[in-house]
Amino acid sequence: MSTPVIDLQNGAVAIAGRPILRGIDLSVGSGEFVALMGANGSGKSTLVRALTGLLPLATGTLTLFGTPFGDFHDWQRVGFVPQRGGAGSGVPASVWEVVASGRLPRRRLLRPLGRQDRAAIADALDVVGLAHRARDGVTALSGGQQQRVLIARALAGEPELFFLDEPTAGVDLPNQQVLADTLETLSQRGSTIVLVAHELGPMAPLIDRAVVMRDGRIAYDGPPLASDQVATAHLDLHDHGHHHHPEPPHHDHAPHVSSPLEGGR
Amino acid sequence: MKEYLDLLGLPFMQKAIIAAVFTGLAAPAVGTYLVQRRQALMGDGIGHVAVTGVALGLLTGTSPTWTAVIVAVLGAIVIEVIRERGHTNGDVALALLFYGGLAGGVLLTGLAGQSGAYLQRYLFGSITTLSVTDLWATMVLAAVVVLVCVGLSPQLFAVAQDQEFARVAGLNIRYYNLMVAVLAALSVTIAMRTVGLLLVSALMVVPVATSQQVTRSFRTTLGAAMVLGTFASVGGLLLSAYASFHARVAPGPTIVLLALAGFVAAWPVGLWLRSRRRLRQPFPVVEAAVHDTIEEHPHEHGDDCGHVAVPHGDHVDYVHGGHRHAVHGQHYDEH
Repeated sequence: MSTPVIDLQNGAVAIAGRPILRGIDLSVGSGEFVALMGANGSGKSTLVRALTGLLPLATGTLTLFGTPFGDFHDWQRVGFVPQRGGAGSGVPASVWEVVASGRLPRRRLLRPLGRQDRAAIADALDVVGLAHRARDGVTALSGGQQQRVLIARALAGEPELFFLDEPTAGVDLPNQQVLADTLETLSQRGSTIVLVAHELGPMAPLIDRAVVMRDGRIAYDGPPLASDQVATAHLDLHDHGHHHHPEPPHHDHAPHVSSPLEGGR
Repeated sequence: MKEYLDLLGLPFMQKAIIAAVFTGLAAPAVGTYLVQRRQALMGDGIGHVAVTGVALGLLTGTSPTWTAVIVAVLGAIVIEVIRERGHTNGDVALALLFYGGLAGGVLLTGLAGQSGAYLQRYLFGSITTLSVTDLWATMVLAAVVVLVCVGLSPQLFAVAQDQEFARVAGLNIRYYNLMVAVLAALSVTIAMRTVGLLLVSALMVVPVATSQQVTRSFRTTLGAAMVLGTFASVGGLLLSAYASFHARVAPGPTIVLLALAGFVAAWPVGLWLRSRRRLRQPFPVVEAAVHDTIEEHPHEHGDDCGHVAVPHGDHVDYVHGGHRHAVHGQHYDEH
C-alpha cells in the first residue's frame, strides 16, 4: 500500500492540561472518503483540529503525506473548511474575494493573481454553483450558501486533502444536496476527504469508511454505518469482537511526558 | 477670499495640508483591518497608551513623536498578546492598560514641569505647528503604513477574515496579527499631530463605517475609506482655516466632525440600498407550489409599473400589496 495521506499514531490532545483525546490511531489512505462521527463533545472536531495543526498533540506522531508534521510546509495540498456560523466579518467582502483568499497557499508575497489563479477561483465557484453570486456581498447569502462559499475557498487552492468540519450543520436539505454533489465531484477527482458530521444526510452514499468517536477515543472504525447504528457503535465493537485498535495497555497510567505540571493542578 | 488664499500659501498651512493628505490615507487603511477584526476601539486604546510616550519625551527632553512611536508600538504588542491569550477578562485587561497609559502620561507631564496645555497639543492635535522634521516623519511612516496595508492586503484580509483557515493555509498568523498591531500603533502616532490622541480612532474607523454603507467588497471598502479619510482630513483642515477668520476653530475636531457628517449622510443611503437589495432577492424555486389565479387586474405589470420585480426561477414575480403576481398567458398567478 502507498504512503497514507494522514497517519496519526497514539495521538493525544490536551486542552489547558485537560486530556481530551487519548490513544488515537488513525490512518487515511489516498482517495479515501472518511466520515468522522459521534455525539457532541465526543472529540471529532478536536481530532480534525489536531490533524490540521490548529491544536498541538500532547503525545503521538502525526505525518501528512509521509512528512512528519513538524517538517510539513506543503499547505497547498491541504484544504480546510472550518466549522463556522457564516463567512462574514466586520467589513463587507464579496464572494469572489473570500474564495480568492483560498489561493493564498499557492501565491507568493506581493504578486498579483495570475491567470491560473483566476481560473482556479472561477472553477471553485462553478463547482459549488455560486458563479452567478461572485460579486455579491458574502453576508447577503443564506447560511447554506455561505457554507458553500467556504468550501469553494478550500477548493480554490486545488488541494489533495480536504478537512470539512460539520459543513452541513444548520443547512437545509436542498443546500445539503448541493454540498453532497460538490463532495462527490471532489471524491471523483481523486481527493482525500475527511468529513466531520453529526448526521450524514445526502452524503451517506459517498462515504467509504466511518470513524465513530466516543469520549475522546475511537469507538468504531470500519465500513459506513446507518445513522441509528452510530450511537451504539462502541457496543457492536465489543459484541462482535472486531476491535480494530486495541488500547495500548500502558496508556492510562503512564505520566504525560509533555506536560509535567499537569499532576500538580 | 483673498485673505483665505494667502493663508493657504503660508508655509505652516502647506505643511499641514501635506500632513493631512498622508494621515487621511494611512489611518483608514489600518482602520479597515481593525474594523474587519472587530477591534474598532484598538486605535483608541493605543492612543491612550501613547500619551505616556509623549510625556516620556517631555520628561527626557527627546522628541515626543519618537517616544510616542516606541511606547505605542509596545502598547499595541501588549494589547495583541492579551487578545491572543484570549482570557475571558481580556477587555478588562485592555481597560487597565488604557487608563494606566492616560494617567501615566498626565503624571509624567506634571513631573516634567509642563502644564496640561502642552499635552493638549497631542491630545487634540495641532496640525498647524508641525516642524519640517515632524512632517518628514509623518510622510515616511504614513507611506510605510499604506504600502504594507495595500501590498499585503491578500494576507491581511485572509487572517482577519478567518484565523483558523489562514493558519491551515500556512500563514504565520501571529506574525500578521503583530504586524496589524504595529501598523495601528504607527498610524496612531501619525494621526496624533493631526486629530490628536483622543480623536485618533475616529479617523481610523469612521471613514470605514461610512464606506461600508454602500460597498459590497473588501477592496472597494478599503479604497473608499482611504479616499473618504483624505477628503475628511484635508476638508476639515481647510474648513477650520476658513472659519478661523470668524472664530477659534481647531482643525482636529473639525476633521472628526466632517468625517462623522459623511457617515450621517451615507447611513440612510446604506439603509435604502440594503432594503432594496433584500426586496429584489430572487424567490426560491419550489416545485408544484399551490397558486391561485387572478383573472381581472387593473393594469399590466412590466418594467415601469412601479411594482418591485423579483426573479423567481425562469420568470419574474411582481410584488403587489403583499402578493406575488406572475404573468401566465392572459392572467396572473399568485405565487
